Amino acid sequence: MAEVQRRKERLDRGIKVRAESIYAVSSWEETAYLLAPRIILVLGLLLAPLLVQSPYWKRVVTVVCVYGLLGLSFDFLAHFVGLVSLGGALATGVGGYASALANKALGLPVFLSIPLASLAGGVVCTVLLLPCLPLRGVYFAIVTLMYPLVLSRLVEAFNILGGTDGIPGVQGFGGPWAESYIIISALLLCLFGLRRLVNEDLGLILRGVKDNDQAVKASGISVTRYKAIAVFIASTLGCLAGAYLAHLYMWAGLSLFALDFSILPIAATVIGGGGTLVGAVVGSMILVPLSELLREFGTLRIAFYALVLMGFIVVRSEGLMVWAQRKYHQFERWVQI
Amino acid sequence: MEIIVYGIVNSVSLALMALGFTLVYGISRLPNFAHGAFYILAGYLAWVGIRSLNMGYIVSVLLTIFVVGILGMAMYRFFLIRVRGMPISEIIASYAMGLFILEALRWKGLKGMTFTLPVIYPGTIFLFDVPVDYQRLLVVAIGAGIVAGLWLFTKFTRLGLALRGIAQDEQAAMMLGIDSDAMATVATGLGSALAAVAAIVLLPLGNIVVEAGYQVLIFAVAVCIVGGLGSWAGAILASFIIGFAQILTVSYMQSHFQVVVALLAIILTLIAKPSGLFGRQKQLEERV
Repeated sequence: MAEVQRRKERLDRGIKVRAESIYAVSSWEETAYLLAPRIILVLGLLLAPLLVQSPYWKRVVTVVCVYGLLGLSFDFLAHFVGLVSLGGALATGVGGYASALANKALGLPVFLSIPLASLAGGVVCTVLLLPCLPLRGVYFAIVTLMYPLVLSRLVEAFNILGGTDGIPGVQGFGGPWAESYIIISALLLCLFGLRRLVNEDLGLILRGVKDNDQAVKASGISVTRYKAIAVFIASTLGCLAGAYLAHLYMWAGLSLFALDFSILPIAATVIGGGGTLVGAVVGSMILVPLSELLREFGTLRIAFYALVLMGFIVVRSEGLMVWAQRKYHQFERWVQI
Repeated sequence: MEIIVYGIVNSVSLALMALGFTLVYGISRLPNFAHGAFYILAGYLAWVGIRSLNMGYIVSVLLTIFVVGILGMAMYRFFLIRVRGMPISEIIASYAMGLFILEALRWKGLKGMTFTLPVIYPGTIFLFDVPVDYQRLLVVAIGAGIVAGLWLFTKFTRLGLALRGIAQDEQAAMMLGIDSDAMATVATGLGSALAAVAAIVLLPLGNIVVEAGYQVLIFAVAVCIVGGLGSWAGAILASFIIGFAQILTVSYMQSHFQVVVALLAIILTLIAKPSGLFGRQKQLEERV
């Protein structure tokens, strides 16, 4: 019998077990084990604008962060609340227009208009999506897919908000350093904030909503209310990205509702590993520079993302970060059956 | 009178677009988000067959329907089958597939006015003093024909009965020896072939453009949600409601609002009757 008589066994590393509790501070090794991945990410992001020389690639770094934010928002909604949103562009559009309006009409400076637009945009998106919140899975996905299309049609049809010309002359950041570090710090704050949030009570309820909303309802908790809170958080992140983009390009227009803002974050999340939050950021670090290199192929880029997405979802659906975390925390060995 | 005639034509077009999607979802609970892409792909293939390969209208149309059906089957068999039962992955995977097809076609230069399919029988006729071209009448005829054909197929053939069995109770059907995956393959193939038929009948009325692929998907889902998923009567009634609503908006407002009407219909349905017009309790649990 040439049958396989062994299987792979995975065990947690001893250092992971020791580092899980307060004893992590007992030695440098455990502390380093815990901190190393985080420090690599934080330092990597903070140093990225210093390391790249050309203004073009500095811009690419900021775009990576924008898509990282959008990916975070998608990952949070899809894997912690169970709402798959195919319309991330709704939030970027609303946030971008809100910020442009706050800046142009109310005369607010950048540092006020972006936070204000994010919050106001979050409220607007939540109100818009409110009737759809009872929906599940496919239904929610398709309705969110329609929203950016409908809003851009409305802007076109009523010729409001500048119509097809958009709103030009939005105030810029005044320098590449401010440009880069505003979005990098926003991304890091949101990333670590969300990671903490999903382990708080609120995150627990949201995961309950995802796994078994009947049980949540039976506990006397309003599912719709918590879904609304989650959508508010996610669309605030999206609006932050949109508002930043409007100031970055000093222009808010219909292209803020473009398909790119819906698809690329999803692809980034799938590649990076859904449900890890950091995976979305890592995925966009891979995808965005790659798509810049593929810029000469024009619209074939989206086809390329789709292909990568299909490949990952079928062959390696866990994503890179889940795989990396497993390798980091566990070792594998063959055992006789 | 004009509104009634064109409303009927528009409604039947919507029903044609939606039938394939509702068939696949109704039978195997698989949201085929590549539906719109298959629609456009069929248009493109037919165009290639007629214009580039000079194969004649009948041959290339039949070949297109066949090829697209096979492609749909292959998509399920080699691709979607791996993510079956994971709703998030099903949506993303089939959407990615559709996106790939559509954007690859866009890259091939599928935009603008260059790509049109020929009408089957040119000319116009006056119905109650309203000019209607024959192609639009043909849309209505073929739509009715397909609905009747599908009804007969699902009621009186072994395969159709097996499909309905899977749709009603998957586990009981499997105990009776019906292969769930085989039926899902058949259903996706049939759904894609229906998309191809819809494309061949409807596309001569306009140009083959990539954007229409997204619109078809949206209208199909709108019809399905309003009608209650998996319910044929509901889907047909819903396409009439949305179809007439669209024609009314076009004649009294602007054509920009067509998509808005579909979204409004969805939202109103969800608020008033979340299970859809003809939905039953089982579907309600899944959706809400």
